[in-house]
Amino acid sequence: MAAFSAYRDSSPLVKNILLLDSEGKRVAVKYYSDDWPTNAAKLAYEKSVFTKTQKTNARTEAEITMFDNNIVVYKFVQDLHFFVTGGDDENELILDAVLQGFFDAINLLLRNKVDKYEALENLDLILLCLDEIVDRGMILETDGNVIAGKVATSSVDPAAPLSEQTISQALALAREHLTRSLLS
Amino acid sequence: MAQPLIKKDDDRDDEAEYSPFLGIEKGAVLQEARVFNDPQLDPRRCSQVITKLLYLLNQGETFTKIEATEVFFAVTKLFQSKDTGLRRMVYLMIKELSPSADEVIIVTSSLMKDMNSKTDMYRANAIRVLCRITDGTLLTQIERYLKQAIVDKNPVVASAALVSGIHLLQTNPEIVKRWSNEVQEAVQSRAALVQFHALALLHQIRQNDRLAVSKLVSNLTRGTVRSPLAQCLLIRYISQVIRESGSTQTGDRPFYDYLEGCLRHKAEMVIFEAARAITELSGVTSRELTPAITVLQLFLSSSKPVLRFAAVRTLNKVAMTHPMAVTNCNIDMESLISDQNRSIATLAITTLLKTGNESSVDRLMKQITNFMSDIADEFKIVVVEAIRSLCLKFPLKYRSLMNFLSNILREEGGFEYKKAIVDSIVILIRDIPDAKESGLLHLCEFIEDCEFTYLSTQILHFLGVEGPKTSDPSKYIRYIYNRVILENATVRASAVSTLAKFGAMVDSLKPRIFTLLRRCLFDSDDEVRDRATLYLEMLGGDGEIVETQKDVKEFLFGSLDVPLSNLETSLKNYEPSEEPFDINSVPKEVKSQPLAEKKAPNKKPTGLGAPATEPSSGIDAYEKLLSSIPEFSSFGKLFKSSAPVELTEAETEYAVNVVKHIFDGHVVFQYNCTNTIPEQLLENVTVIVDPSEAEEFAEVASRPLRSLPYDSPGQTFVAFQKPEGVPAVGKFSNILRFIVKEVDPSTGEAEEDGVEDEYQLEDLEIVAADYMLKVGVSNFRNAWETMGPDFEKVDEYGLGPRESLVEAVNAVINLLGMQPCEGTEVVPSNSRSHTCLLSGVFIGNVKVLVRLQFGLDSNREVAMKLAVRSADEAVSDTIHEIVASG
Repeated sequence: MAAFSAYRDSSPLVKNILLLDSEGKRVAVKYYSDDWPTNAAKLAYEKSVFTKTQKTNARTEAEITMFDNNIVVYKFVQDLHFFVTGGDDENELILDAVLQGFFDAINLLLRNKVDKYEALENLDLILLCLDEIVDRGMILETDGNVIAGKVATSSVDPAAPLSEQTISQALALAREHLTRSLLS
Repeated sequence: MAQPLIKKDDDRDDEAEYSPFLGIEKGAVLQEARVFNDPQLDPRRCSQVITKLLYLLNQGETFTKIEATEVFFAVTKLFQSKDTGLRRMVYLMIKELSPSADEVIIVTSSLMKDMNSKTDMYRANAIRVLCRITDGTLLTQIERYLKQAIVDKNPVVASAALVSGIHLLQTNPEIVKRWSNEVQEAVQSRAALVQFHALALLHQIRQNDRLAVSKLVSNLTRGTVRSPLAQCLLIRYISQVIRESGSTQTGDRPFYDYLEGCLRHKAEMVIFEAARAITELSGVTSRELTPAITVLQLFLSSSKPVLRFAAVRTLNKVAMTHPMAVTNCNIDMESLISDQNRSIATLAITTLLKTGNESSVDRLMKQITNFMSDIADEFKIVVVEAIRSLCLKFPLKYRSLMNFLSNILREEGGFEYKKAIVDSIVILIRDIPDAKESGLLHLCEFIEDCEFTYLSTQILHFLGVEGPKTSDPSKYIRYIYNRVILENATVRASAVSTLAKFGAMVDSLKPRIFTLLRRCLFDSDDEVRDRATLYLEMLGGDGEIVETQKDVKEFLFGSLDVPLSNLETSLKNYEPSEEPFDINSVPKEVKSQPLAEKKAPNKKPTGLGAPATEPSSGIDAYEKLLSSIPEFSSFGKLFKSSAPVELTEAETEYAVNVVKHIFDGHVVFQYNCTNTIPEQLLENVTVIVDPSEAEEFAEVASRPLRSLPYDSPGQTFVAFQKPEGVPAVGKFSNILRFIVKEVDPSTGEAEEDGVEDEYQLEDLEIVAADYMLKVGVSNFRNAWETMGPDFEKVDEYGLGPRESLVEAVNAVINLLGMQPCEGTEVVPSNSRSHTCLLSGVFIGNVKVLVRLQFGLDSNREVAMKLAVRSADEAVSDTIHEIVASG
């Protein structure tokens, strides 16, 4: 079989991470590969991913599907749809780990209030989160606690639209996780 | 995590209209960005504006060049602020804007300051931003800091430098390669992800050095690997080392034990990576496979869909090569047929179809029938294809499989799906004689209610070929004639053709067919009427029943052996005259893609004597060109033109390539010359050809090129006579001779006097393949049978040791210059034997068919059996001679 596919000598690569709403519209997306060069191609891809997955139940466990030579793992919460895409020879479980890391980090950063409204309200955190998970396709980090920790250290901003107490709690928690993972 | 759906709807009602970005508009946000220039910066306000800008970009909005530059310069002002949150947003914004080189300089110093700051988060991010936007020159300035960062004690900083190194390796490999020592140190890092990133970079730096990779891998297998991701990488590199070591014979495979050990790792990601690596080992034995299959089997019953999917997908691949190894998982697979995730269910079914034995087929079909109703068309197609191959494997089970196919054919479905089913039935009919009658009836029933014109015509054509050969052809007539009454013109026309075929083959049906065809004479569509008239005439429908003549059968059943595009061109060129159009005059060569022509800027006017530039290398263009030259007009019909062969190295003063035109008794060399020196004009360009190593050739004509100005290609020709119809071979040496004149580049005027000069070109060969036209046949077996064994020649050859079968097969195909048929030029990897089918037309218009059987023995010696059939004994012998001497 190997002769038909390129050998997997390379590092695992992530092609994109998408966060869409319950109508398939963008909340935040990040593309790391050139497979979709134009905005129109990206939108078309998002539309087909969304329609192919919307009827499935990906609320308790992450689900997975394959089309157009890509593997897509995805998970839904409230009115948010999380997707991670990789090539068709990628290790599915690695993509799943990226999805889980993204999902956990968002959960921490939005303090378990994960929905479209909160996501848009804290879009800066989500964009920073995408930036800390994958750098141009290379996986930077898959532990949600660490990712959230990296994002949260930068949002020391007393005037942020969150209540003072909860943010310091979230920060303390994230810092604790960060130190633990560094020491382990 | 599961949320009550009703609550969600309530929320939505309350807030449906509200979004922080509601009514956002690019122009307004760009105005807002002026706050970046305030002397008293408000970090929170600035962060919000950047978020809005990023939101716009994320939604697909684009900034014009001017807008982007303005935003970029405004954002650089924000480096003054000490606010960490704002700084992070600034980093993001700079990356999104991807500034141009002259803009990068503005932020370089700020970023370099951050790279050396005390805040680790600044350092890590500044490294990533700077490496993202930098170019080679700047890189040398910051190289020192990057090397330090790689071994920094903060893992985030080290990872940032390493990952940036991975990207920079693509653009500035020589710089990144200098970091090996630091990277090597980072591989030993105690931080899990630093090791992962360092390993990835070190492998990329050394990937072309097999020995170094092998050493790296064996060191790590003895040391500690700290993260599952790094472990997965290591497994990939181990697979590479195993593959390149290539020793698959006796003895233990290196590193196999290590891979097997990884199957007991605590992370599922690693277990799976190892199991997959084992299944993909080349020439894997069943003993090696067993432990991997066992862990994959456990995954099949996992509660996580991703795990089940990964396992079933891998097992599905294994089933293609080692079906027996997967049979243990059959029970688990069967329970996956009802999996919620349809991708998993489809993979499970197709795996079962590959591993199932004859006795389980019926039970399996029952399960699949329930499953088919609720999956998408694309999955159904996969299932249909799996069933087709299952049926070919167990021909005795054709009844239940054919029934299944005909049932799903009746159900709803799109064109691609229906086409897959019809194709499968057609293949089964062709390969399983017992299945023919029932299969044809299923197809007949399908066209009674078929909405796809394409499928109807295909089936009608197929019925016409196969139907008359059945025991009771008359029962199909009704279905076919119904089409004439009920369908659109395209289908009606093909139904008429099908009727005619029945009439031609089955004499007892002739009277009834004539009656039906006569009714078609009153059809509203002229194509239908024309066909009916033609067939009635050919079959002698004017009364007496005569045996159908051979050429009529040839016309009805023979395939059109000229490419349609060539026929189209020939018909367009045909001028109405006394002489009827002759289909034999249509070239049979399959047109190759025209070569991409180099665009010459400011084409100078072409010289006087040279024919106008000739862009197409298509054979009809060549034919036109050659027949316009009086010296060559008597050579007859052009048999073949080769692809251009380069006679000069790239980027020399004069670029020359040659096209070999083969005629029955002549060969013409067309030298395409290009002068690449602007200060020169060449005149009287000829090629002096020395045929001393080509005894059977004698030069008869030469046509010089009068003038060859800079950069406008021209042609010169040399013609040789050779024995008629004989595939003479030989080698020719060439010298380009010309008069060179200096040109003043400013005026373009050439000097009066020139100097004679010569230029050595490479040799040119006429080989046997030049006398062979690549002409494919659609159905090789039919063609082979029709040709008959009269002039069949069979012999065996030893091809000696070869790298692989692929190489041997390609070598023989190239030697003969024939067209591979039915995709047989593709050799599956790891196969020990292969059959390749070739067809072509040899000079003198002799059809040749070749069947090659290759076998590979344990010492990599390739043996080949060559069977040739052709219409001429001498040609069959010639083919053997070509192979024997090649």
